[in-house]
Amino acid sequence: MTESSSTHPQEHVLIIEPGRSEKNYWTDLWRYRELFLILAWRDISVRYKQTIIGIIWAIIKPLLTMVVFTVIFGRIAKLPSDGNAPYAIMVFAAMLPWSLFSNALSESSNSLISNANLIGKVYFPRLIIPAATMVTAFIDFLVSFIILIGMMVYYQFAPGWHMLLLPCFIILALLASLGPGLWIASLNVKYRDFRYIIPFVVQFGLYVSPVGFSSKIIPEQWRMLYSLNPMVGVIDGFRWCILSGNSSIYMPGFLLSFAIIAFFVWLGVSRFRKAEKTFADLI
Amino acid sequence: MTDIVIKAENLGKMYTIGHQAERGGYASFRDVLMQNARTLWNKSKDLATGKPIIQGDTLEEVWALKDVSFEIRQGEAVGIIGRNGAGKSTLLKVLSRITEPSTGRVTIKGRVASLLEVGTGFHPELSGRENIYLNGTILGMTRAEIKRKFDEIVAFAEVEKYLDTPVKRYSSGMYVRLAFAVAAHLEPEILIVDEVLAVGDAKFQKKCLGKMQEVGTEGRTVLFVSHNMGAIEQLCSSAMLLKNGQISSRSDNVLSVIKDYVFVHDSSDAPCYWENPGTDEFDNDYFKPLKFYFSDETGGEIRQMPVRNDEDIWINIVGEVRKLDPALYFGIGVFTETETFLFGSMFFDGHPDVWPKIDIGINTLKCRLPKHTLNEGVYKVEVHGGLLHKEFYFSPGRDNPKIFFEIKGGLSESLLWLEKRLGLFAPVFEWKN
Repeated sequence: MTESSSTHPQEHVLIIEPGRSEKNYWTDLWRYRELFLILAWRDISVRYKQTIIGIIWAIIKPLLTMVVFTVIFGRIAKLPSDGNAPYAIMVFAAMLPWSLFSNALSESSNSLISNANLIGKVYFPRLIIPAATMVTAFIDFLVSFIILIGMMVYYQFAPGWHMLLLPCFIILALLASLGPGLWIASLNVKYRDFRYIIPFVVQFGLYVSPVGFSSKIIPEQWRMLYSLNPMVGVIDGFRWCILSGNSSIYMPGFLLSFAIIAFFVWLGVSRFRKAEKTFADLI
Repeated sequence: MTDIVIKAENLGKMYTIGHQAERGGYASFRDVLMQNARTLWNKSKDLATGKPIIQGDTLEEVWALKDVSFEIRQGEAVGIIGRNGAGKSTLLKVLSRITEPSTGRVTIKGRVASLLEVGTGFHPELSGRENIYLNGTILGMTRAEIKRKFDEIVAFAEVEKYLDTPVKRYSSGMYVRLAFAVAAHLEPEILIVDEVLAVGDAKFQKKCLGKMQEVGTEGRTVLFVSHNMGAIEQLCSSAMLLKNGQISSRSDNVLSVIKDYVFVHDSSDAPCYWENPGTDEFDNDYFKPLKFYFSDETGGEIRQMPVRNDEDIWINIVGEVRKLDPALYFGIGVFTETETFLFGSMFFDGHPDVWPKIDIGINTLKCRLPKHTLNEGVYKVEVHGGLLHKEFYFSPGRDNPKIFFEIKGGLSESLLWLEKRLGLFAPVFEWKN
């Protein structure tokens, strides 16, 4: 234990002052990366410790929703699929980003409250808590991705090179949930009502976003307006990657969705950082 | 070795306590809307009738810390003492960056680790092993560091056998031992500790104290809050007394600061008379203390200190017994200036035949403190009691009803013992040849 780095205390000088914005906030965030990982790991392992079928829950939910949507929109309403893609795969290609988004959003917005004991007792950049929930949501995503592979095998549907760009859209889906998630998480600390908003937004959003149907069926003149929903861009992106040439991205709409996501991330982060210092007093 | 590692200048922390805080710290959006609507209505009503508009009806500003300035040198072990609500915990929270100060500035040189609670972030579902990693990381250790000290931590906590059991199956003792063990292996340059030694059994507490002392001798700076004056005296090289959010004394003479805390010699702070303030603070189903005071031989109340050592003192407890229970008991505990528990005495001390009779309703019990027992000095008497082997309503260390007395003079009839003697007691024993 002789190699401990306690030789030059002058190296870390910390000044605490009211309203002082942390100069090295982002480097601090990097320094606490291990905490980030361990919190994410804790959430995942705790979640499956007391369940019988464990990780299978992450499969059942999107799978059943996909089945219902395929039957209702594809069979009963007879809506068209994207190109030659099987309707089920088209729905599932949207289920994936949607459940990623909704899990990440609901968990991140509740994360501060469920970690209230940590916030009151230890210092770390609070951003870590909601950010760590993104990892949990991503793990669930990976699990349900297995179903997609299974379905592609079943329908003998081979993906193309577009698939390689999927990680970009995964990140985009996470960012889309991170922005509002951070904002609501910080509001939640003061006004607990906001936790009731999330289930509503998630349920409502599932029908408003093009999950059960293709965004192609939206009339051309409304598509720009429709793209104000940032998930439209993300879902179109996912379909484009997974269904290859069968689906296309409506570029102006996509750029608009992208801009809205960027705006919400900026809003979320700045609101969060402003509120961050009072969390311990309010929670 | 006189570098200043922590420098606080005019530190202040203000909380706004108002309508919201009364209902548990957070408000719902609906309530805020409703309240705003109501204030809007009231304001417009006031405006219409020509009354002055009152802003912020129930808001109150409370300074938990005010104008606190101090310097702490490297390697110093500072004990921070003060009553509940004096601002100790707020100060630690500000220093550990959990909450932001409202005014002032602190400069800290070195890595800080704070331990405001044992087992922060422990998750009941996770195993002991997993919790060591979780808690260690939360406290600021790196994974490699934890790995290196893992065996040491496990040995310290004495939980080798249960490492892979979820901690929810642990006994509370094991839980606390594991939690403290992780914390004890932190190696920061500055360690901030809040009242965490008051856990575990006596043997483990001793081990913890030893560990803390080790930390002190390694040249690290320690800030230590405790209500255990013995621990403060043993561990700290200097002390700071907080009173109503301000520093009321700060000195390298730890004992003198402790004395300032325990016996501030104005009548309001070291009263020799106690009366129930009428709050529900001391309420329970069985016994409610009403009055607590000293009296002399003749039963006359003593309102003036000091008393002489050649007179008996009677300690009187007046209380309301609400429910009779064979296990119900109460009595007193006597403490020295440094909070050492000297002795306790309950009404059932003697043979059952001589026990005072307890009835439903108001009872007055008297306990005689024989002359020539204690030495000169100031002592604290607390009400202790509860249900024997079941419930401790007034246990030592809690904020019980307490009164103080001072003994001066009358040590013995000897011509040689005129001043305070060495030792805690000053009995007059019989000598023969």
